[in-house]
Amino acid sequence: MSEPAGPPEEAVAVASAVAGTSTTLEVAAANPLRDPRDKRLPRVAGPCVMVLFGVTGDLAKRKLLPAIYDLGNRGLLPPGFSLVGFARRDWKDQDFAKLTHDAVKAHARTPFREEVWNQLREGIHFVPGEFSDDGAFDALAMALREIDELRGTGGNYAFYLSVPPKFFPVVVEQLRRTGLADAPDGSWRRVVIEKPFGHDLKSAHELNEITNSAFPESSIFRIDHYLGKETVQNIMALRFANNLYEPIWNRSFVDHVQITMAEDIGIGGRAGYYDGIGAARDVIQNHLLQLLALVAMEDPTSFDASALRREKEKVLKAVRLPADLSLNTSRGQYAAGWQGGQKVVGYLQEDGISTDSTTETYAAIKLEIANRRWAGVPFYLRTGKRLGRRVTEVAVVFQRAPHLPFSKDDTEILGQNALVVRVQPDEGITVRFGSKVPGTAMEVRDVSMDFAYGESFLESSPEAYERLLLDVMIGDPPLFPHQREVELSWQILDPIEEFWTTQGQPEPYPSGSWGPPASDAMMARDGRVWRRL
Amino acid sequence: MTTFMLADTTAGKISSQLTQLRHQMGAPAVGMVLTLVVVCEERDQYDSLRAATEAAREHPSRILVVINRETDEANRLDAELRIGESSPGEIVVLRLYGELTEHADSVVSPLLLPDTPVVAWWPSRAPEVPSADSIGMLAQRRLTDAKNAGDDGVCFLADRAKGYAPGDTDLAWARLTPWRSLLAAAFDQPVGAVHRGVVEGAAGNPSVPLLAAWLAERLGAKMRVGVSNGPGITAVRLAIDDGELSVVRGDARQAVLSRPGQPGRNVALARRQLSELLAEELRRLDTDEVYEAAVKRLAQLYRP
Repeated sequence: MSEPAGPPEEAVAVASAVAGTSTTLEVAAANPLRDPRDKRLPRVAGPCVMVLFGVTGDLAKRKLLPAIYDLGNRGLLPPGFSLVGFARRDWKDQDFAKLTHDAVKAHARTPFREEVWNQLREGIHFVPGEFSDDGAFDALAMALREIDELRGTGGNYAFYLSVPPKFFPVVVEQLRRTGLADAPDGSWRRVVIEKPFGHDLKSAHELNEITNSAFPESSIFRIDHYLGKETVQNIMALRFANNLYEPIWNRSFVDHVQITMAEDIGIGGRAGYYDGIGAARDVIQNHLLQLLALVAMEDPTSFDASALRREKEKVLKAVRLPADLSLNTSRGQYAAGWQGGQKVVGYLQEDGISTDSTTETYAAIKLEIANRRWAGVPFYLRTGKRLGRRVTEVAVVFQRAPHLPFSKDDTEILGQNALVVRVQPDEGITVRFGSKVPGTAMEVRDVSMDFAYGESFLESSPEAYERLLLDVMIGDPPLFPHQREVELSWQILDPIEEFWTTQGQPEPYPSGSWGPPASDAMMARDGRVWRRL
Repeated sequence: MTTFMLADTTAGKISSQLTQLRHQMGAPAVGMVLTLVVVCEERDQYDSLRAATEAAREHPSRILVVINRETDEANRLDAELRIGESSPGEIVVLRLYGELTEHADSVVSPLLLPDTPVVAWWPSRAPEVPSADSIGMLAQRRLTDAKNAGDDGVCFLADRAKGYAPGDTDLAWARLTPWRSLLAAAFDQPVGAVHRGVVEGAAGNPSVPLLAAWLAERLGAKMRVGVSNGPGITAVRLAIDDGELSVVRGDARQAVLSRPGQPGRNVALARRQLSELLAEELRRLDTDEVYEAAVKRLAQLYRP
């Protein structure tokens, strides 16, 4: 049998860059044991300490600590890796170790193995104190110096601020004061922050001033965990490693794009955060606009951070709002109803929400992208809480065939072709196209062709946080949004938010439904419908 | 799970039976990414198939197990079809009798999944030159296992180097990945020149000299092989300017990494199961040039 034809060079380069398998270039070059051809060796982080602020929070327990363990279990943590917790608790190291142990047992993706835990346990430390307490941060600085000596972590620290933004100024100031923010030669200091990155352009700017006062932009890692998801990274592989889709990925063939993130849950215990913020700021500003950027951007010259960010920025800059916001945006608020067989209360009846709150829990907007590729192709973004079910997807809906040589009756139920990237759950890609129904008549109907991640790569995909934490430790920023992207996103959303404040109460929609009627009407005006999810 | 036995059959009948079984189970869509051909003897069948099935959870595959039985019986092909086991793929166990044992490729070739990679795996005895073997020729990737291939695994590996063709690898190499990964991580901090070193491990374990060969190749230093009680590799010691960099593993699970001027650090370094090794092999189906360099070096250094 002849030698199988391999994929072309570029495709391989693209795919491997997406998969990201090499440790940072400089390190690799200096290391005689590393070889770019040696693809079995995983990207392992260099020696470092992760300092976690807000260890008792939900995110730390459910996601961060288990992700760190999972990294260890996959052999991706460096020897000597240390984890330092900082919180207002009268705790010793072993109390934090116990919290970590419990979190790992409860939420880790990979099986619990004693030797991995022992390795992690050795590096666990805890520093008690308040954020305003100078003494506590001096103790932290001292503890870190000690860890450097004992465990050879070489002064490399990542500070993960898993705390509400209102604490950022004081924590960052403390890190600056104690000199922890300044990296001596040959080491690095990085700070990791979670969304929300402000609540409008102005506040995002202020927040950035604060972090920037101590850390340079290149050391700031903004986590948007959506970008760590395998399926989201696969958008780039789908578009740029294949030749099948790119020729039709433009206004000549695409009718419109729908980007949806639907949640079935309500606001839960997040009333304090959510009220006044709303669905658009919570989800559209970051997740959905990032998805839009990845779907709509031109191909980057490479997959390094600057090239990728440049393309995303370009497309975000090209986003145009519709002239009449009242006709092309829609917002809603969930009312009491039945969601998945359970009776649930409306938003205004939730604990901690005032009965006249005008915060939206559903938002849909129409955007256009003013460039040659996309002019005239609307991008519809929608998100909401208490909708029918939990699903996130990007659907590229294609134009109808210009001419159908069938009788009208035969193609009555034929819809438009669509390519759907299912981000979560049930990660995968669906292509919808028309097919003949078996029988004597030439009846054509929609069918789906599925690629399920669970089918072809059954190993449970790594959690987004595993990938992102590893990238922080390696110092690989392509999957983290730059401040410019954050600000551009606010520039898109701010006028809409401003308009909404003049509109009074959002339209109520029953829990468990697919949003307010106005949202469907918005689509109907364009002669389109939302995909039924 | 559905098992279906076909006695005295042909590849065509097996193929149509597979299609029929799939339709019966209501899953006509095929999401399989490769065909794994396992060439083994009856006594290895259970363990190999188990490992392959587990690996198929990560890489849904059609697994073809080829077992050569009595050559002096009449020509016959017996097949056992299994669908819907814990793995998402399909399993066909083929038993060949008589002259047919010489022509296994005629059975395997029509059963390969179209347009997807083919991997051949010899869990124990392997042909002299895998790429010249009739089944090996059907495959893009050929896996051997020096540890189980015969009495002298090191000698077997040295032979592999002689008959090497792109696409060959050996599980003795996959067993080294955690060690190599840990050593590479240790070298991410500058180490300086390495003067000489030693790799210690159980006598006769082919992974021990292979690791030594890889280190010698990469570091340009003389590497010795030492014998210990095992299990597997127990230590790597490298002489550097200001002392010794070492990784020592006593219990097959946890190792201690020590370097001059720093206290030793415990690191998890567990031995891995066959299924994990196989899954690693199936993850990358391109040529492993680093293995080629290491195994050729081994052939130079440790040829008796």
